[in-house]
Amino acid sequence: MATTKVAQEEPLTATAEAEASPPPVPTSPWQHRHLLDLDDVSTDEIATVLQSASAMKAIVQRDVKKVPTLRGRTIVTLFYEASTRTRVSFEAAGKLLSADVINLSASGSSAEKGESLLDTILTLQATAADLLVIRHGHSGAPYFAARNLTRTAVINAGDGAHAHPTQALLDLFTMQEHLGSLKGRKVLIVGDISHSRVVRSDLWGLCKVGAIPVLCGPPTLMPWDLLKGRTETPGHPFASVQVEQDIEEAMRDADIVMPLRIQKERQDAGLLPSLREYAQQWQVNIERLDRLAPNALVMHPGPMNEGVEISPEVAHGLQSAVETQVTNGLAVRMALLLLLATPQGGLNG
Amino acid sequence: MADSTLIKGGRVIDPSQGLDAIGDVLITDGVVVSAGAKVNDAPKDCKVIDATGLVVTPGFIDLHVHLREPGQEDKETVATGTLAAVRGGFTTICAMPNTEPPMDNAAVIRQVLDAAKQTGLARVLPIGCATRGRKGKELADMAELAAAGAIGFSDDGSPIADPGLMRNALSYSTTTGLPVINHCEEPSLAKDGVLHEGWVASRLGLPGQPAAAEENMVARDIELVALTGGRLHVAHISTAGTLELVRRAKERGLPVTAEVTPHHLILTEEWALGTIEEGAGELTAPDKFAPLTNAAYDTRAKVNPPLRTEDDTEALAAGLRDGIIDAIATDHAPHTSTDKACTMQEAAFGISGLETAFGMVNSLVDRGDIDLPTAIERLTAGPARVLGEAYQPWIGTLKPGASGDVTVLDPDTEWVVDSATFASKGRNTPVDGITLKGLVMKTIVGGRLVHEAAKANA
Repeated sequence: MATTKVAQEEPLTATAEAEASPPPVPTSPWQHRHLLDLDDVSTDEIATVLQSASAMKAIVQRDVKKVPTLRGRTIVTLFYEASTRTRVSFEAAGKLLSADVINLSASGSSAEKGESLLDTILTLQATAADLLVIRHGHSGAPYFAARNLTRTAVINAGDGAHAHPTQALLDLFTMQEHLGSLKGRKVLIVGDISHSRVVRSDLWGLCKVGAIPVLCGPPTLMPWDLLKGRTETPGHPFASVQVEQDIEEAMRDADIVMPLRIQKERQDAGLLPSLREYAQQWQVNIERLDRLAPNALVMHPGPMNEGVEISPEVAHGLQSAVETQVTNGLAVRMALLLLLATPQGGLNG
Repeated sequence: MADSTLIKGGRVIDPSQGLDAIGDVLITDGVVVSAGAKVNDAPKDCKVIDATGLVVTPGFIDLHVHLREPGQEDKETVATGTLAAVRGGFTTICAMPNTEPPMDNAAVIRQVLDAAKQTGLARVLPIGCATRGRKGKELADMAELAAAGAIGFSDDGSPIADPGLMRNALSYSTTTGLPVINHCEEPSLAKDGVLHEGWVASRLGLPGQPAAAEENMVARDIELVALTGGRLHVAHISTAGTLELVRRAKERGLPVTAEVTPHHLILTEEWALGTIEEGAGELTAPDKFAPLTNAAYDTRAKVNPPLRTEDDTEALAAGLRDGIIDAIATDHAPHTSTDKACTMQEAAFGISGLETAFGMVNSLVDRGDIDLPTAIERLTAGPARVLGEAYQPWIGTLKPGASGDVTVLDPDTEWVVDSATFASKGRNTPVDGITLKGLVMKTIVGGRLVHEAAKANA
């Protein structure tokens, strides 16, 4: 009980305790009822999440991990797409914070009987869900949910090709943990940029913290409309994004390289000649790694197609942060659940 | 005894005869007797409508309306659709054949015409299917459809994708003298696109339809017109590139006409980003670079062809002014709230447009892109020209002998769109809650007053 009370006032010091020696409590409050993307999240708010996440990581590394902070809160994860790491990560994060977590996937729910998304989310709200974590194959589904829910806060766990803000935050956390400040750091993302919700959210985050995102991949998988005119158009949010088609050139002095999963269906749709050719042209492999900056990190949002966008040696090599990303994902999602489900910023905000 | 109506003292604009003067319109037994001149010897028992300070025009003609009946009466019926039409100032509307069953035979056409006759509001001119069942495999029975009253042939909603079939449609339709109306959208380019392929679609992570998907098929069709001598009417043109293709086709003297919708003239892709304004909003697009809000993914702005860019709307407005575009048509596409209360990818395409058309078009007049008589021309004589010589003396004009179809407008009245008050069952419009300037005050069909604006609105 005491922990809960303190946590509502000072979540970081309270939950992390002395052993984690957390950073100072951020002064900037979290301003959002929902987390839909990073486009409307300020740099200070990002810092708030990342600081809170490092305190959470200390909890995750303890022997006894569970804290009572979200006791009595109900979190529903609603997944219309298959997922391993994101769904488990949210469930584990909720449970470590003592929330009640209900997992629902489209298969096995009334969605299979043709129930509309609207009716499904209203039903969940009526069953007193405090937080709805939603993944949907259609871009914008979490916005639709947020628009129609009055009592339940929404976290976007990935919508179509649009956004995946918790992934972007865990990416930023992982980069910052390894490199310190990300200002001026070269972050290379390789692969199917145009269909990637991870990239869209990463770009918002990276641009806000002053990193230099570099995009590399086949022209058929580049979001040209997102980038067109970015340097000449006043106010363009992606003015600092660079594009380099040649991976050898793109990897030079990069601090981070993040290959994205290449799906077989891109070849079937005629966007790629073959996965074999893709691997020859754009795979992140051992031979190419020495172009990176010293101390560079290889990241991957998963799931990986080893042998296509990333070679197995790199995926499991010394510079790979793939497993760290998963652990950090848990910490970041704990921080977010706390922010959105407690009075500091969430439901009463 | 003769039944007469005198519309007195308005500014009578009839582009079919170059008329723009303060004066009267006299209708007797449903037929125009005179227009423009002051009438001093009106029959004694004549009904008088005072139009002082208002604009009096021929009844508007809409070449492109989806009435949904038969088959989708939850979206619209002939009765609700024709009421929406007269509220929008349209006295004649052309009904698209994508009903269930489709209008690919005389029986379904007669069913729609009967329903329109029973309702007795706007005149309904049916468009027959271009291909049987709208399946794009074989031609519909065009001669039978023409005999039943079809004014053209279209698979609207779907393009006639097969070039060989389109060639045959254009060629065979010459026996009827009627146009083939194509919804131009190359399927392999448009794919599953839900918005214009541009900044907004990419920003929202949604599949887009490139402008080239439309232009590609328009270019193809124009060459097929040159090959066959058939008449082509290009439905709802939406891009600057299409306008240029139509311009060149007209310069070549080919029998090609085109229409544009109010929404493609005025709204842009940014409308899908949504607006969260309290109270009455302005007719201006949301800021493209602003962070998204809960209002994003506004399915009311999902329409096919998609809302394009500012470069396109500017080009289309100029094309409308210059007469490259013959007609303004609403592509009125009513849907239920369920059809739009879903994700963008699930949502139905279409905007309920009949009741906002004049207010939208008048915004172009208001900002000086086009003058009022030209705008009126594209709503009256322009579409009558597309319908052809058989219709020109009869509708879209106030020449003596024409049917007594009149629209009375107040171009200066501002009003706030409230879709809840629509006569149409379709409340799907992105301009809900937006202030428009220009209101349809009265609509007269065959000398009969069928719509009068409520005082509260004016």
